[in-house]
Amino acid sequence: MITVKDLHKKFGQLHILKGIDLEINRGEVVVVIGPSGSGKSTFLRCLNRLEEPTSGEINFEGELITGKNHNINKTREKMGMVFQHFNLFPHKTVLDNIMMAPIQVKKQGKPEAETKALELLRKVGLEDKSKAYPSQLSGGQKQRIAIARALAMEPHVMLFDEPTSALDPEMVGEVLEVMKELAMGGMTMVIVTHEMGFAREVGDRILFMDQGVIIEQGTPQQVFGSPQNRRTQDFLSKVL
Amino acid sequence: MDFFVDFGTMFWEYRSYFLTGLQYTLWLAALGVFFGFILGLVVALIRMSPWGIVRFVGHAWVEFLRGTPMLVQLMIIHYGLSYMFDINFDPIESGAITLSINSSAYLAEIFRAGIQGVDRGQSEAARSLGMTQGQTMRFIIIPQAIKNVLPAIGNEFVVIVKESSIVSFIGVTEMMFQAGAVQGITYNGMLPFLIVAVMYFIVTFTLSRILGRFERRLQASDNR
Repeated sequence: MITVKDLHKKFGQLHILKGIDLEINRGEVVVVIGPSGSGKSTFLRCLNRLEEPTSGEINFEGELITGKNHNINKTREKMGMVFQHFNLFPHKTVLDNIMMAPIQVKKQGKPEAETKALELLRKVGLEDKSKAYPSQLSGGQKQRIAIARALAMEPHVMLFDEPTSALDPEMVGEVLEVMKELAMGGMTMVIVTHEMGFAREVGDRILFMDQGVIIEQGTPQQVFGSPQNRRTQDFLSKVL
Repeated sequence: MDFFVDFGTMFWEYRSYFLTGLQYTLWLAALGVFFGFILGLVVALIRMSPWGIVRFVGHAWVEFLRGTPMLVQLMIIHYGLSYMFDINFDPIESGAITLSINSSAYLAEIFRAGIQGVDRGQSEAARSLGMTQGQTMRFIIIPQAIKNVLPAIGNEFVVIVKESSIVSFIGVTEMMFQAGAVQGITYNGMLPFLIVAVMYFIVTFTLSRILGRFERRLQASDNR
């Protein structure tokens, strides 16, 4: 579904991604782990070109999305993204946050978008918050709304950029729960996270990244159970 | 006590002068605020364009208009353009144009600060949903930017009302001009100006009240 070939990203002199090759299949849940500064967030943000790759190719559903004349907005409609800091629109109600893109981008009618939005709110357990503003919500609630907002575009893949890192510990669970349901529903997901327990439980494949390359990948049993690379062993011994 | 009687008497006697002046001042200010706002927003966007040459034009616009006196700008627009290019404006037109472009420079800087003050995550979130750059600006960035800089915008609106007095130089019969006219008739060098001072104050005070109310309404989403 997504094929990445020799992806590089430089910020000036800083070489963040040093050649990533990866194939992500439909319905797969890929969890990216690794130390801070290893380039995992940058990699994720390259997938929908929020970060412009310096070189390399990304194919999404048979289309080269790194091409010069490619309309990335069309691709982004099919790639939902959830951010560490939620990035809800503070001047809009929860309902308007969710309906914004379907109405403006997909040109859906308001009643249709609203029905869909309320359905999603029910799914993330926040139907009573439709009229609230983001500032009236807790972190966990905000992130669940952000997930609902991304889902409203009916994406084919969801990208999660450390979705629980900015949350108070007691709110992590509710967000992971929503993500787990999404994974079980067959959504293709790429998740950058520090939640190792979650990675092990929900991931189909674990990628360990360090210093801009994928050091090791495999099933959770392989990577967590018997890591082959020294650096993976090192990292896991510190976080587990 | 006499003073207040004189004040009232003069106002009443020359009410048609003062009220005509008020009418023109309000017109000028309204036009200046309206077109200054729109033009300012456009200039702010121009100043943040990805193309260097376009940015330069916006930058030059702001620097020139901020760096020269408005009176000089008024003279250039009213007399200069007529002399050089045979472009002729009525005094009221010249006045409104000058006020608009002059305030557009200040408002552009206010808007730019506001737009750049909106968290980058906001535009990333909007773009990640497939919204275009234009839609992101219009629905996500600009509404938040304006809300954040509303006090500064209100300040600039008040300035526009007061600066409109400069237009009296080219014979627009706004309040300042009318005060001069009444002075000429009555030989009273003080009272006509005190009267328009009070009138200016009423206008600006009302304006800031309205803006204050608007500000509070926009803050509905901040309530916790």
